[in-house]
Amino acid sequence: MDLNYSADEIAFRDQVRGWLRDNLPRELRDKVVDYRELTKDDLLRWHRTLAAKGWIAPAWPVDWGGTTWSVVQRYIFEEECGYAGAPPLIPFGLMMCAPVLFKFGTEAQKKRFLPRIYGGDDFWCQGYSEPGSGSDLASLRTTARRDGDHYVVSGQKTWTTLAHMADWIFCLVRSDGATDKKQEGISFLLIDMKSTGITVRPLILMDGGHEVNEVFFDDVRVPAENLVYEEGKGWTVAKFLLGHERMNTARIGASRRELEKLKALAGARKSNGGSLLDDARFRDRLSRVEIELMALSITNLRFLDALRGGHAPGAEVSMLKITGTEIQQALTELMMETAGPEAQRAAPIDHAEAFDAFTASFGARYCNYRKTSIYAGSNEIQRNIIAKRLLEL
Amino acid sequence: MNFDYNEEQQLLAASIRRFVDKDYAFETRRKIMSSSDGWSPEVWAKLAELGVLGLPLPAETGGFGGGAVDLMPVMEAFGDALLVEPFLATVGLGAQFIVRGAVPERRKQILPAVVEGKLKMAFAHTERDARYDLKRVASRARRAEGGYAIDGEKRVVLHAPCADLLVISARTGGSDGDARGISLFVVDAAAKGLSMARYRTLDGCVAADIVLHNVRVPVDGRIVAEGDGLALIEEVVDYATALVCAEAVGAIRSANEATLEYLKTRKQFGVPIGSFQALQHRMVDMVIEQEQAQSMASLACATVDSERDPVQRKRMVSAAKIRVADACRRVSQEAVQLHGGMGMSDEMKVSHTFRRLTIITQQFGNADHHLERFAVASDTKRD
Repeated sequence: MDLNYSADEIAFRDQVRGWLRDNLPRELRDKVVDYRELTKDDLLRWHRTLAAKGWIAPAWPVDWGGTTWSVVQRYIFEEECGYAGAPPLIPFGLMMCAPVLFKFGTEAQKKRFLPRIYGGDDFWCQGYSEPGSGSDLASLRTTARRDGDHYVVSGQKTWTTLAHMADWIFCLVRSDGATDKKQEGISFLLIDMKSTGITVRPLILMDGGHEVNEVFFDDVRVPAENLVYEEGKGWTVAKFLLGHERMNTARIGASRRELEKLKALAGARKSNGGSLLDDARFRDRLSRVEIELMALSITNLRFLDALRGGHAPGAEVSMLKITGTEIQQALTELMMETAGPEAQRAAPIDHAEAFDAFTASFGARYCNYRKTSIYAGSNEIQRNIIAKRLLEL
Repeated sequence: MNFDYNEEQQLLAASIRRFVDKDYAFETRRKIMSSSDGWSPEVWAKLAELGVLGLPLPAETGGFGGGAVDLMPVMEAFGDALLVEPFLATVGLGAQFIVRGAVPERRKQILPAVVEGKLKMAFAHTERDARYDLKRVASRARRAEGGYAIDGEKRVVLHAPCADLLVISARTGGSDGDARGISLFVVDAAAKGLSMARYRTLDGCVAADIVLHNVRVPVDGRIVAEGDGLALIEEVVDYATALVCAEAVGAIRSANEATLEYLKTRKQFGVPIGSFQALQHRMVDMVIEQEQAQSMASLACATVDSERDPVQRKRMVSAAKIRVADACRRVSQEAVQLHGGMGMSDEMKVSHTFRRLTIITQQFGNADHHLERFAVASDTKRD
């Protein structure tokens, strides 16, 4: 047994690390590590930097700009990006719409959309959740009625991440309301966000941030050529996408960076004459998170190793999501606690120039990170998946 | 043994309940929070009219002479309604220093105005790097012509921006961290040399960091003997901690009621999500948290009303704060999780209750701080 990367993998890691050191713009990295908001331009700048290097879509077929990297190399790349403080890659185009088009799209659809996804020309969002359909996604009610060579879409999506920045949305819609099973009669449509009849309304989260939206469709005409796969077979597409989750769902690189920062912050905070790291009660809680992260990084590698051996990713991804998000949340909570009473500060009324926005972001971030155990399939749904698929309960 | 509120307490609880339901609904609170001052003079006048401001203040100053137990139903209602008014800062902290530490003339000057709603107060104590240690005071008060001159900095002074009078701690002797040498002063919030950087807090209140530069206080502006302030600070902060425990119970109950309602009404897979056993058990655990927190809030309030031994008082209040903090954390996190995305939304009350419970978890000391204090107090008793 060898728990370490091979020499080749280590060489690859060092190559990625060196490139990130030279090419990750300082101001983008600072924004990420200081918890400042990233603009659409920031996200696209990083996207285009990676695209120019040829690293924006490692998992795509080589003909379309992908790499020949192994699953382990892809994992190393993503974790190194997270550890370095690179802006997140918005997954909706690169890692969701694109795999769907590779699997189910027509040649015309591939040619039309994929190069623009690769180049960062189109910003995509995902139209899945509806007010009445969250965990029970197949109960969705947004309708698509065929009218000549168009579909006419009406209904509402919600929790739509970054819809206010998006050029396109891929949607699950109900094209046939008279099926026996709710999973039937669903279609997968690509919709231009500039279409007449689309309204985007911000949903403000409890940290005051705007990242999700409600998207309303009022008789939106969508060309029939934007249907992916067959009409009524959208659930097959959705299921494929669900199984196509990435193996970096645990976000170990970013958590390792946060853990180091947490230790530095705690070490600099005074408590009872020493530092907060000398406080055994705090230190023990921090150590437990560190140990959980250690375990998860090895678990993640074990799953990758199995994947390399030809084993299809399954319920393992759910375990990584559950434990990874629990670690992320624990880190934000401890980070907030380093600030002690000063964690109460949120936003300046006056003397804004002297306001310590960095420390004030800890509380907001703790609040914001509660979302991680809710989004992308709540941790309850992930446990259901493990219970059903892995344990056959 | 009798855990019921008496008739008077029940009547007051009912009138406060009516008041918050009618005049402090979630939308009203939102408007007050986003107003420039962040508190409501109308609400404050109403609290005076209801007699709530005078409830824990002595009869000879126009109050009703009630204790922390009498305030429990009030604090629970405020916790439910997520009150952002300077009630705790004024009545639970500022005025308590006057009641317990000031000479009769000062009491007569200040307390009737508090009862009538004409005077608001705040307690300026916490300093940089002090965390929750009440002994960590580095601000200095030196003897100056006709009184004292104070220099120093105070952090996160809750409701300082709306206070007329501040109770300020400063050293007249010893050094940072010494138990002896801390003195207490009553200072006009508009005093020369006192400046504030104001901000909003995570739970929607206003607070300020304060710089004190040669702030002059006359001799009679000092309360309790010079250098003897710590015992009173501990006593008053324990009292306020007990009140916050009661407030937490109200907020926890509100989060639990909202979550239970959501479990019964939110349907997925054709059934209410409350029919899933995995969620039922979690809801049950939240209710157990609520009951345990309520018991400990009762213990804390009864203790600060009647316990004369400071060691025993600290032990009980810390025990309560630890258990209540654990309950705040568990219930707030679970309430948001069981609401799913809705729990994250600023439009939902439960996300505001989450923020208040998050702050209460660490207000006047987090569980780690109180575990240490509990252990020390327990050892002292054993010796």
